[in-house]
Amino acid sequence: MKFTEEHEWLLVEGDLVVVGITNHAAEQLGDIVFVELPEEGREVTKDEEVVVIESVKAASDILAPLDGEIVEVNEPIVEEPGKINEDPEGEAWFFKMKVEDLSALDDLMDEKAYKDFIS
Amino acid sequence: MTDEPTELKTTVLNELHHARGAKMVGFAGYEMPVQYKLGVLKEHLHTRGRAGLFDVSHMGQVILRGPKVAEALERLVPVDVAGLAEGRQRYGFFTNDAGGIEDDLMIANRGDHLFVVVNAACKEADVARMRAALEPDGITVKLLENRALVALQGPEAEDVLAEHCPAVRDMRFMDVETLPIAGAECWVSRSGYTGEDGFEISVPNVAAVDLVKSLLADARVEPIGLGARDSLRLEAGLCLYGQDLDPETSPVEAGLTWAIQKVRRAGGARAGGYPGAERVQREMAEGAARKRVGLRPEGRAPMRAGVVLYDAEEGGAEVGAVTSGGFGPSVEGPVAMGYVSAASASEGTPLWGELRGKRVPVRVAALPFVPAGFKR
Repeated sequence: MKFTEEHEWLLVEGDLVVVGITNHAAEQLGDIVFVELPEEGREVTKDEEVVVIESVKAASDILAPLDGEIVEVNEPIVEEPGKINEDPEGEAWFFKMKVEDLSALDDLMDEKAYKDFIS
Repeated sequence: MTDEPTELKTTVLNELHHARGAKMVGFAGYEMPVQYKLGVLKEHLHTRGRAGLFDVSHMGQVILRGPKVAEALERLVPVDVAGLAEGRQRYGFFTNDAGGIEDDLMIANRGDHLFVVVNAACKEADVARMRAALEPDGITVKLLENRALVALQGPEAEDVLAEHCPAVRDMRFMDVETLPIAGAECWVSRSGYTGEDGFEISVPNVAAVDLVKSLLADARVEPIGLGARDSLRLEAGLCLYGQDLDPETSPVEAGLTWAIQKVRRAGGARAGGYPGAERVQREMAEGAARKRVGLRPEGRAPMRAGVVLYDAEEGGAEVGAVTSGGFGPSVEGPVAMGYVSAASASEGTPLWGELRGKRVPVRVAALPFVPAGFKR
């Protein structure tokens, strides 16, 4: 698993990258009550706003971690945003994207680096 | 309302908040718990289902004492204070010369004095206002620094508090009494700001930690932070000063004329006589140009303070804005309140709120969003 400074995690699954937010982010946001996911098939560029999440406290934007195409979104979290608090690094992933160049992940933090980043 | 965390004041319960794992934030100059380990959502639901304990010691507790103090206070508030019976409390607000609201407050008649509770962010200004108006009449205005204030709210609040003091069972909504609780002289009122039954307890600082610990030792009670306090009061349709009420907004616009008793209205025995009475009376007779309303956004997206409201999905006119909004855990959906022009204020009116560049449908709804649990 790789991590961004925006508190997203990325997991390579075949030729796709699964993206979600970290336990740390979910904890900081508090109870999440709303999620808006991107359209499947949307081409995104790095740092473009792709997901809106709202907690009881505030709205936050989730940015595309890489250039690519959104190929699948996790619809069940739209109906039950609370899942993001329960299992943010597992069941409550946000979207899967097709990335031209998987080597772009090499620049991201590994788990140890992320732990240091948030401590 | 969240301040920079510089030189924040603390309440006497500060250490207890930290020990209970509270996330602390700056609020009205105080370091206050925004949530505990349970989180905002569960704290909210716990208060509606059982009992929640809130530290509201940042609020201003003020004693007014002197000749004809009730009549004197009526010069600052459009409320029937002189007719307030001993042992009773009522809601009110300070108005300014333009008929706007300077702060809202609770006023209790405690026999030989009035006890008022004002908002933390306004307390210095309120005390100055009361001193300027009342001291020339020989009335003393004393801001208490030696008492904490806690609220125990929820359907099980009575059962919990009765174990410490059975007499609370006999209190009705808005009664006030002096009662011994946990060995201290407490000033108890049957009131709160959550829409639930409950009590507000003014307790000497020296006894506050013990009182709170003994209440929290009860399995029915959880400590509740400002986050849930906000969603609870929003669902209950109650205004937050600084958000839903401000110096430009009149009590008529705010839908608070229920708090202006007949005797203080046009034609009443003590009509007017408070700042801005002319505007308030005119708006009461002719209606205000805008009104505070409840708002139920369609879908799940919360509409928070500042969201602009339109009367059409495309084009149309801007008719108002949201002043408080978020997710209502008991409603299980987004709830909001705001001000809209009178023409758009009737229940059921379809409006659109602009969220991230898109107009999202929202309907004008009755307040409160959840029925009140008061024991009248």
